[in-house]
Amino acid sequence: MRKEYGNKVAVRKLSLAVPRGSIFGFLGPNGAGKSTSIKMLLGLVKPTSGEAFVLGERAGDVAVRRKIGFLPEHFRFYEWLTPAELLRLHGRLCGMAAAKLRERIPVMLDLVGLTPHRDKRVHDFSKGMMQRIGLAQALIHEPEIIFLDEPTSGLDPMGRRLVRDVIRAQRERGATVFLNSHLLSEVEVTCDNVAFLKDGEVVAAKDLHALGEAEVHVVVRARQLSPQAVAGLAPWTTAANVEGEQLTMTARSSDVLPDVVRHLAASGADIYSFIPERASLEDLFVRIMGEDRGL
Amino acid sequence: MGCWVMAGITFREAARKKILWTALLAGLGFLALFGIALHYQIEDFAAHSTAPFIRYQILSAMLMVGLYVVDLLAVVMTILTSVDTISGEISSGTIHAIATKPIPRWQILIGKWIGFVGMIAGFVAITFGGTIAVAYWMGSVMPENAFQGALLVFLECLLALSVTFMFGTWFSTLTNGVIVIGLHGLAFMGGWLEQMSGFTESARLVAVGVVTSLIMPSESIWRRAAFEMQTPLAGSLPFSPFANVSIPSPTMIGYAGCYLLVALGIAVYHFHGRDL
Repeated sequence: MRKEYGNKVAVRKLSLAVPRGSIFGFLGPNGAGKSTSIKMLLGLVKPTSGEAFVLGERAGDVAVRRKIGFLPEHFRFYEWLTPAELLRLHGRLCGMAAAKLRERIPVMLDLVGLTPHRDKRVHDFSKGMMQRIGLAQALIHEPEIIFLDEPTSGLDPMGRRLVRDVIRAQRERGATVFLNSHLLSEVEVTCDNVAFLKDGEVVAAKDLHALGEAEVHVVVRARQLSPQAVAGLAPWTTAANVEGEQLTMTARSSDVLPDVVRHLAASGADIYSFIPERASLEDLFVRIMGEDRGL
Repeated sequence: MGCWVMAGITFREAARKKILWTALLAGLGFLALFGIALHYQIEDFAAHSTAPFIRYQILSAMLMVGLYVVDLLAVVMTILTSVDTISGEISSGTIHAIATKPIPRWQILIGKWIGFVGMIAGFVAITFGGTIAVAYWMGSVMPENAFQGALLVFLECLLALSVTFMFGTWFSTLTNGVIVIGLHGLAFMGGWLEQMSGFTESARLVAVGVVTSLIMPSESIWRRAAFEMQTPLAGSLPFSPFANVSIPSPTMIGYAGCYLLVALGIAVYHFHGRDL
């Protein structure tokens, strides 16, 4: 899909597939087009070209919206309602019966930890509490896919853990979670797959479970390193560089590390340390997006 | 179903806005003032032994003034309470959690419209009915065709509401308010020009008045309402908002009804197609 606003291209080329039943992280720097992309998938914004299908149906159709839950980044609602009234309203808009709602609302308030605040007006809620009630409205009708736009912004550590647990519980019941977040550490421990959006285009997609099996950065301190020994690392590495006694290299995976050690030892190098450093999602993000040129 | 849920929440939301209660308070304040004016006038009639016919005609004219104030209050209240219901929710992002629910967008808009219609109906019933009740209770006067008059005032409010909704799907709250109040002002001026044309017999003034009524027919509806409700004496008062100088035809009321529906249709169409 592509979205233009006049001369400005908000989303250049959005092309991605999200596996059902997974937690999918949608990552990118500010202004990359993440929110516009989510709005297109929800039918809030019409693409300039292209189309998307959600759960096999055209994005934005009323039929598919029945199966969707959405927490906007800045959840705003009629602030004069109590949390229970707000959930009742959203449930009714989702077509839920009154009896079902009577049963479901206390469960949802309990899930997001708002039962003690059930008689307060949303007007008196903190930002974190607004996020919690927003999460509850997104889940009230047990949707098959849940879009969460920055669900942990404004939350304290306890709140973040709660959201993480709720997201995992959704996956366990078979729902798909589409998560847009800047908190890469949260994404790393929560998501199954991620896609990276840069300048309105999906530039990479990764299976986070396979990330551990992916390239590993290794720092070696050794003496007697011959140029031939370093050149001979090519079958197991994608890059290798020597500065004094320090050899830094990128191994193709952690599986090849014993072969690398054997090769270096066989070449006559004296190895004092061999430290593999697994790339974090943040490293991967920076590598894909490039350094922030604002600093 | 979605329509009625939205109508219910909009009605409740509107009822919580200070502007509604301020307008109601203003309406009640006006009723009190109207009652005091009637009281003094009736005392003066007794002091001067005014003839019953003259007394009735003057009290009827006072009642028409009262109903004119109610009409103005109702239209202004309609515009002020509804001006940010679409544009405000779009700019604040409130609409995002609603428009992603499994209801068509037209139901969101029409539901909101119905909610406001309910609120306006209540407001018109209280203030319009209150003014007539006070006049009847104190002065034993009733307007002619009161029900038709009330319906026409209600229609004028619905017209203002639909136009406010239409521009609300395009513009920000402030711009929307300026446009709708401006259009209403234009209609008001056009109405007076048309009244004046009756005395000056200027065909060009009539043309200007007709064109402004076509651009925004709200004032025409009031003038028709005034014609329906007034006594012959009140109608003969020159340069008043209810003078029998230039009476909008039933065709103009039909035009206003079509205008309302077209404005609402455009609002639905544009809201359906726009990015949120």
